[in-house]
Amino acid sequence: MTPDLIYGLTGIAVFAIGLVGALCAQDRLRRVLALKLCSVGAGFVLVVAAWRSPPADPDPVPHALVITGIVVMVSATAVALALIRRLQTLEAEDDDD
Amino acid sequence: MMMIDPVILTLFLPLFGAIAAFVLPRAAAWVGLLAVLATGGAVAALVRDVLAAGEVVTQLGGWAPPLGIALRADGLSVAMLAMTAGVGLLVSIGALDSLRDLRERQYFWPLWLLLLTGMNGVYLGTDIFNLYVMIEVIALAAVGLTVLSGTKQAVRAGLEYMYASILGALLFLMGVGFVYLQTGRLDFAGLIAAEPSGAMSAALALMVVGLLLKTALFPLHFWLPAAHANATAPASALLSGLVVKAALYIFLRLTTYMPLPDEILVTLIGMLGAGAVLWGGVQALRAERLKLLVAWSTVVQIGLIFIAFARAGQVGLSESWKAAALLILAHGVAKSAMFLAAGRIKDEIGHDRIADLDKSDIRPTLAQFTFALAAISIIGLPPSLGFIGKWTLMEGAMAAGYWHWVAVTMIGTLMSVAYFSRVFAGFLRFDRMRGELAEHKGWALADAAPLTLAIAAISLGLMAAPILSFIELGYPFGAQ
Repeated sequence: MTPDLIYGLTGIAVFAIGLVGALCAQDRLRRVLALKLCSVGAGFVLVVAAWRSPPADPDPVPHALVITGIVVMVSATAVALALIRRLQTLEAEDDDD
Repeated sequence: MMMIDPVILTLFLPLFGAIAAFVLPRAAAWVGLLAVLATGGAVAALVRDVLAAGEVVTQLGGWAPPLGIALRADGLSVAMLAMTAGVGLLVSIGALDSLRDLRERQYFWPLWLLLLTGMNGVYLGTDIFNLYVMIEVIALAAVGLTVLSGTKQAVRAGLEYMYASILGALLFLMGVGFVYLQTGRLDFAGLIAAEPSGAMSAALALMVVGLLLKTALFPLHFWLPAAHANATAPASALLSGLVVKAALYIFLRLTTYMPLPDEILVTLIGMLGAGAVLWGGVQALRAERLKLLVAWSTVVQIGLIFIAFARAGQVGLSESWKAAALLILAHGVAKSAMFLAAGRIKDEIGHDRIADLDKSDIRPTLAQFTFALAAISIIGLPPSLGFIGKWTLMEGAMAAGYWHWVAVTMIGTLMSVAYFSRVFAGFLRFDRMRGELAEHKGWALADAAPLTLAIAAISLGLMAAPILSFIELGYPFGAQ
């Protein structure tokens, strides 16, 4: 097992765990976390794509892609959390009535 | 005088417009309208350039692919851009009048312009990572538009939409990772040059499933009806008319550059389309609310577009994409007209329960007329663009001897006549209202936009031949 294969398989496994969570979890917060796991898994695979066996330098392009992916996912998580809070407030107001 | 490349303008005008509309909330509507108009002008310049040259390629910052990112406009992409600009402009005009709430007025414009940026980016992109970023931009803006009204149903539907949309984008990203691992490049030319292999098939599968989730092909449509039915009218029109088309467009491009490896997969996609036509039709027949019925009809139409894609099997794909593209354009124009008209009806009579449409003392006749005109194109009656699209679909299927697709299309058409008739019956049963009819409230600017769109949906059918020859320009060569 070369390091890139281990990391690649780990990435795919993490993605798969996230996928199951995103499809099956009931709790809203758990589903957001599952989606985050998916993005970590996809990031893993991209980082593996950058790996070159030493002494060769790693390929910088996938690193740039992963950073972009992280930024996108941070924004998406923020939006999802804001929506969840809003929905909880609305539902709490309904319960009071 | 130095001219800025219209490709760049098409992408950056709406982006700067979105920022300006956000920092100037009081002037948001006028900033927004101006940005949409200016983007339309840039797209018009692109139409001219593509008619002259067949394709226009711009390398951002002068860096050539595979390291740099190229933007490319050809017939199909410019047709999509033009549809987006035209529909977007009319929906914007309608939104000027129909958005009453201050918060809605303020946030509609930045979100819509951001959405436009993402859509234009998808139609011009030639780099699959760029496409991933653009579909995320679209997803975030579209979720914002879904929850604009702030009601509990809308927020709940928006959150479901968010989960589906992000998951779809992440599946796509995983596919992008596989492609980079395999080929070391991300541009379309790299996809064409790639040797078919197991990893590339897995990448294609991941990307296609992600896109199907985002475009809501049965059985991955679960998020669509609630999201589209609960948004405010201009947002519904944008979501149903434009947003689902972005993922469809990427699907058409990808499957051209990375052909589906097996005939069975093409048939499977057609089968899912048939499932959408039948299931969506049944649900539209059962829907109790007008906007929900219109949303289910979107599920049906998405299915139909995939049947058009699969109509002649693997060998027919080189022609079938045109039938799919025609249906995409037809649906974009007609469905946005229909959602705006449904929103007007709901605004005027105060509810959209189909069973009670005929019991109102107010008759929004113009909106009802608009709804009927849009339905003509969506059902596919001549001479509308929807008819040309369905005809092209069936012609190709018949030529290939694939009669089952013709049968499904026919059944779908009959069902659409049935469920739209439920609405027409409500429009026409004058005898149910015994009392005095309330005074007609007169014309509103918000009626003009859907009426123009509905008339366009029908009359564009007369221009089908030029449209067909236009979308072939520069295709499918020149992914360099």
